[in-house]
Amino acid sequence: MNILRLAFAYARRRPLSTLLVVVMLALGVATVALTLLIARELETRLTRDAEGIDLVVGAKGSPLQIVLAGVYHADVPPGNIPLSAVTALRRNPLVAQVIPLALGDSFQGFRIVGTEPELVAQYGGVLEAGELWSQPLDVVLGSEVARTAKLRLGDRFTGSHGLAEGGGQHADARYSVTGVLAPTGTVLDRLVLTSLASVWTVHEHHGEDTNAPREVTLALLKYRTPLAAATLPRAINSDTALVAASPAYETARLLTVFGAGFDLIRAFAWLLVAASTLMLFVALAQTLAERRYDLAIMRALGASRAQVALVLLAESLFLAATGTLLGIVVAHAAAAAIPWWMPQLAPLADAARHFMPEEWMVVGLAMGVGIIAALWPAWRAYRLDVAATLAEG
Amino acid sequence: MFELSGVLHRYGAVPAVEVPEWRAAAGDAWLLAGQSGSGKSTLLHILAGLTRPTVGSVTVNGTDITALSESARDRWRGRNVGLVPQRLHLVGALDVRDNLRLAQTLAGLRVDDDRVTALLEAVGVIELSRRLPSQLSQGQAQRVAIARSVINRPALVLADEPTANLDDAHAAQALELLRGQAIEARATLVVASHDALVRSLLPNLFALPAWDVAAI
Repeated sequence: MNILRLAFAYARRRPLSTLLVVVMLALGVATVALTLLIARELETRLTRDAEGIDLVVGAKGSPLQIVLAGVYHADVPPGNIPLSAVTALRRNPLVAQVIPLALGDSFQGFRIVGTEPELVAQYGGVLEAGELWSQPLDVVLGSEVARTAKLRLGDRFTGSHGLAEGGGQHADARYSVTGVLAPTGTVLDRLVLTSLASVWTVHEHHGEDTNAPREVTLALLKYRTPLAAATLPRAINSDTALVAASPAYETARLLTVFGAGFDLIRAFAWLLVAASTLMLFVALAQTLAERRYDLAIMRALGASRAQVALVLLAESLFLAATGTLLGIVVAHAAAAAIPWWMPQLAPLADAARHFMPEEWMVVGLAMGVGIIAALWPAWRAYRLDVAATLAEG
Repeated sequence: MFELSGVLHRYGAVPAVEVPEWRAAAGDAWLLAGQSGSGKSTLLHILAGLTRPTVGSVTVNGTDITALSESARDRWRGRNVGLVPQRLHLVGALDVRDNLRLAQTLAGLRVDDDRVTALLEAVGVIELSRRLPSQLSQGQAQRVAIARSVINRPALVLADEPTANLDDAHAAQALELLRGQAIEARATLVVASHDALVRSLLPNLFALPAWDVAAI
C-alpha cells in the first residue's frame, strides 16, 4: 500500500478527468516528438542522398526542381539536355566525375533511371544478387523496389510512361532483372537502374526520331577541386543553355522551409502540453477540496505533512508520466505507420527506430509539467490543519 | 496508560479545554463526557498528538508527547494511537481491505494481511473487503473504522462520538465491539460522547465542565 498505489487508486476513481489529462498530454508530446523525429530523419535523408554530389546540371528550370528531380527523384525534371553537353562537362578540367541520368519512365511508382554504373558506386550500392546491366533492357533493382514489387533475378516487366503510376505501358519493351542491390538507406533503394541505351531503345520503339541527337535528362557532377564551386556553376549558368544547381544549397533552403513549418506545429503542440498542465492543476485543485478529510485522516493515521503532500505530487507525476510515455509511444508508432498514411514519405518511417536525445528532453519537460501542476495543491495538503478538519465533522 | 497534568489549550485568547489532572491505566475504558463545545474533541486531539496544548504535559506509556517535534509526533501517533473519528472517514479511493493496509503503511509498519483478515472477520465485515467506502452503510463503515483503529495494536484508542449516527441497538453493538477490540489490543480506550447510553457501558467517567462563557 505505497504512495504510488494510492495515487493510482485516486486517478482510477475519476476516470474521465484522468483520461482527458492523459490523452491531451499524450497528443501534445506525440506531436512534439513526431515533428522532431521526422525533421531529423528528413535532414539525415536529404543530406545522405546529396552526399558526394557537388552540382546537378539540367535544362532550364528552377534549381530546386533540378535538385529534387536529380538527387531526390521527387519532382519531374525540366526537360532534356543533349548528350554532347555531358561530353563537354567531362572534358572540363574542374570536373572529376559526371554521371548522366535519363529519366522519363517508371515502374509501379518507382523511377526507371538510365545511367552508368558510377551511380551505384555514388550511393555505396552493393549487389545482393546477380550482376549489373550489360545489354539494353537489363535492369538492376534497388532493394525496396525488389521487395515491394516482389521481383527476382530473371523476372521481366514493362515500364510505364511518365514518372507517376498510371501512365501508358511500354508494352513492346520488356525489362529483365539482372541484379538486385542490397539496402543502402538512400534514394538508390527506390530506383530501377538501367543503361542509358535502354532508355533510348524504349523511346525509339515509341516512334521517336531515331536520327535526333542523343539526349539525357540531368547530369550529376563531382568537382575535382573545391575551387570549382566558385566558378563552375556561374560558368554553366551564364555560358550555356543549362542550369547548374547545388544540392547542398537547395537542400539547406528546403530544410529551412520545412523547419519553419515544423516549428509552427511544435509551438501548437507545446500549447497542448501547457493546456494539459492547466487541466491537471484544475483536476488536482478540485479533488483537494473533496479530499481534505482523506488527507486529515491519513495524518491522523501517522502520515507526516511531507507524505500527504507527496500523495498529490505522486498522483500528478503518475498522470504526467503516463501521458508522456504514451505520447512517445504514439509518436514512434505514427512514424512507423507513415507508409500507410503518407505513402510518398514512406522512407521516413525509419525515424521510428531511433531515439533522439531531444525526446528525453521532452520527457523531462512533461514530467516538469506534473510537478508544476501539483505544486500548489501539494502545498495546501502540506499546510492542512488536521485537528480543525477532523473537527468539522 | 496515559497521564495529563496541567493541560490547558486556548484558541487565541479563548480557552478551549482545561484538564488539571487525568490518569488512566493500561486497558482502562473511559467515557469522556461533556456538553457540546466543552472541548471533548480538542481533548481527544491533544491525546492523539494532533494538537499540542498551550501548556501542560501529556505522557503516554512514559513518552511526553508534548515534547516531541511535529514529525516525531506523526510517527508516534501512527504506532500508538487508533482514532475513530466522528465522520468515520475511510479513504474514499481505497476499498475496505486497502484502508486497513494503508493504516499499517502510514504507521511505518509492514502490511500484515493475516492481521487485516482476522480483524475484518472479528468486526464482521470480511465479506465487504473489496467494497469501496461509498458502498458501505453507516454501521458497516463504523465497523471498518473500529477495525482500523486497532490494527496497529495501539496504546490508545480514541473515539469521537462513535454512536452519534446510530440507533440505540446499533450504538450498543458498536460500543461493545470497540471495547472488545480495545481489550484485545490491550489499549486504553477513551470514548468522547454525550450519549447517555454510552455512560452505562463504560466503567470510567471523565467529565468536562461546560465553559461558562459569561464568566470569561
